[in-house]
Amino acid sequence: MQRLSLAGLAVLLHVLWADRREIIGPRLRDGAITLGILHRLEDLPVGWSDTAQEAAQYRVVPRADSARFGHVTGPLSWKRWLFLPEEVLFRAVRDDQDGGFTLSATPTAPLRAFLGVRGCDLAAIAIQDRIFAHDPAYCARREATLIIAINCLEPGGTCFCASMETGPQARGAFDLRLTEWLDAGTPSYLVESGSAAGRKLLARLPIEACTPEDQARVEQALAQAATRMGRQLDTGGLAERLAARPGHRHWQQVAARCLSCANCTLVCPTCFCSTIEDRTDLSGTTAERVRRWDSCFDLEHSYIVGGNVRADPAARYRQWLLHKLAYWHTQFGTSGCTGCGRCITWCPVGIDLTVEAAAVAGSEA
Amino acid sequence: MNATPGGADPALWLPEPWRIERVRRELSDTFTLELQPTAGGAPLRFLPGQFNMLYAFGLGEVPISISGDPEADGPLVHTIRAVGPVTEAMRRLVPGDVLGVRGPFGSCWPVSGAEAEGCDLVIVAGGVGLAPLRPAILHVLRHRQRFGQVCIFYGARTPADILYRHELRRWRGQFDLLVDVTVDRATQDWAGRVGVVPRLVEGGGYDPQHTLALVCGPEIMMRHTARALLARGVRRERIHVSMERNMKCAVGLCGHCQFGPHFVCRDGPVFRFDVIEALMTVDGL
Repeated sequence: MQRLSLAGLAVLLHVLWADRREIIGPRLRDGAITLGILHRLEDLPVGWSDTAQEAAQYRVVPRADSARFGHVTGPLSWKRWLFLPEEVLFRAVRDDQDGGFTLSATPTAPLRAFLGVRGCDLAAIAIQDRIFAHDPAYCARREATLIIAINCLEPGGTCFCASMETGPQARGAFDLRLTEWLDAGTPSYLVESGSAAGRKLLARLPIEACTPEDQARVEQALAQAATRMGRQLDTGGLAERLAARPGHRHWQQVAARCLSCANCTLVCPTCFCSTIEDRTDLSGTTAERVRRWDSCFDLEHSYIVGGNVRADPAARYRQWLLHKLAYWHTQFGTSGCTGCGRCITWCPVGIDLTVEAAAVAGSEA
Repeated sequence: MNATPGGADPALWLPEPWRIERVRRELSDTFTLELQPTAGGAPLRFLPGQFNMLYAFGLGEVPISISGDPEADGPLVHTIRAVGPVTEAMRRLVPGDVLGVRGPFGSCWPVSGAEAEGCDLVIVAGGVGLAPLRPAILHVLRHRQRFGQVCIFYGARTPADILYRHELRRWRGQFDLLVDVTVDRATQDWAGRVGVVPRLVEGGGYDPQHTLALVCGPEIMMRHTARALLARGVRRERIHVSMERNMKCAVGLCGHCQFGPHFVCRDGPVFRFDVIEALMTVDGL
């Protein structure tokens, strides 16, 4: 572990820009911490917090210090930069001579760096890596992306990464990992590398030595953060109990509140459903196939000839929750939930995944 | 840069152009296309029960089971019912037109494995559900001596809805096949059976202890057929059904075809009944 001063953080950004990387990171926009392209160090949300999240409640408030990463997760996740909300899968041009067509696919994969990926979101990226392991466009973008993670020392009101074992320490596939440390309100950054690319990057930064005491302080702060989660979820036997209870009466109780608005699936960093849209130009000679984010809360999602399989909102909520917390284990060997809490915060009626899952898991019927 | 996913498949989304060689009208809304690869490509190797994604230029892609002979080097055969804008457009295609083909995908009927060797076979189809079973039937006919009694039970809504009518008649004329057809609603020219297809299963003609059953049709028909087979004493793990769900990608990543923990496109469409029996009884899964 080493240390970067605030000026050193600026050097990190300049090094990344010099490598022609676009830097995506947290920005204050429209009263929320969102993710966007950083053009200057000052684009980071200096002295802002959004940790006081609750079900259906989100506010950014000023902090007493000048922390750059003193917030948690806003409505956007990194998935919109890897699994794009809308993407052309191929273009097709009709061949006049023989009635056939020619296809072309040109996935775009700009060089990027993600700055400030938290443990929950790092786990989410690892989950989507498995889902899209064969998707050419996803893989190309993923390989062109450098990940600079950040440890969470101040969890939010809807966070439960400790329950899902994805945080508050960012673990897994990062290139660099930062911990923002405040001394008299001024931040500096403890930094570790997690890959060969990260080590090369680190070698170009004005790093300072770090004492064993610094390390111990970070470890202690992380351990404390794990005890300050706003939510928790008992995952012991959860998948089995949920999957065994598709007829539980609680599904109908959730459905009475659920608007089927799909906010939860849009903010979820692991939700991966997509639909396809085909378009042609007016002459009908060129066509494109477009993949767009879809949601299992959409009635059309389950359409087959003869009707929609999940016509009832209760069936749709059940599909979402069972998929996320139970079926995902069978499909991908991991939970589909990373405990980021976004679905709780951004549900307009405050449906709380941790509460609903516990209600179904907690009683037989 | 860090741990990255491997195995990107550049052709994952790209259909291959195939040219329509023949169009056969089957029923008022159902037709069969015979396709050949353009630019002299190789025939498609597939297993009975698998499906392709068929792309109509600019309109969309639909999952359609393969209906041809898996061991013949003939054309790629698809029987399609026109039920939406894409399949409606496909109905208007004529020889020489080009379709995009992506596949084959999915699991298969276990007719070539050791578990089928020497068994009685009960093949039960409802409506257009006969189309995904045709390759299995053709396989069985090609290797008839490997099987015991072979029963084909078919149900259609009305006599006018009987798919592969000529072929069914030919199969029915064979001494080594038991073929029985029923309709839900008879018309004046119908002298055959009237009733639902599980009734045919109840009629027997096979040794339940040594039977492998392949069932394809509407979900409710498959449930009742499985129940009838179980009542006769066929073991649940020897019953196979073919599921239908919405599909956009066929490669397990659009999320649409989920059926409990299964992706129908990848883990199905053919499932062992005991694996999905509990899921089939839950409404709206």
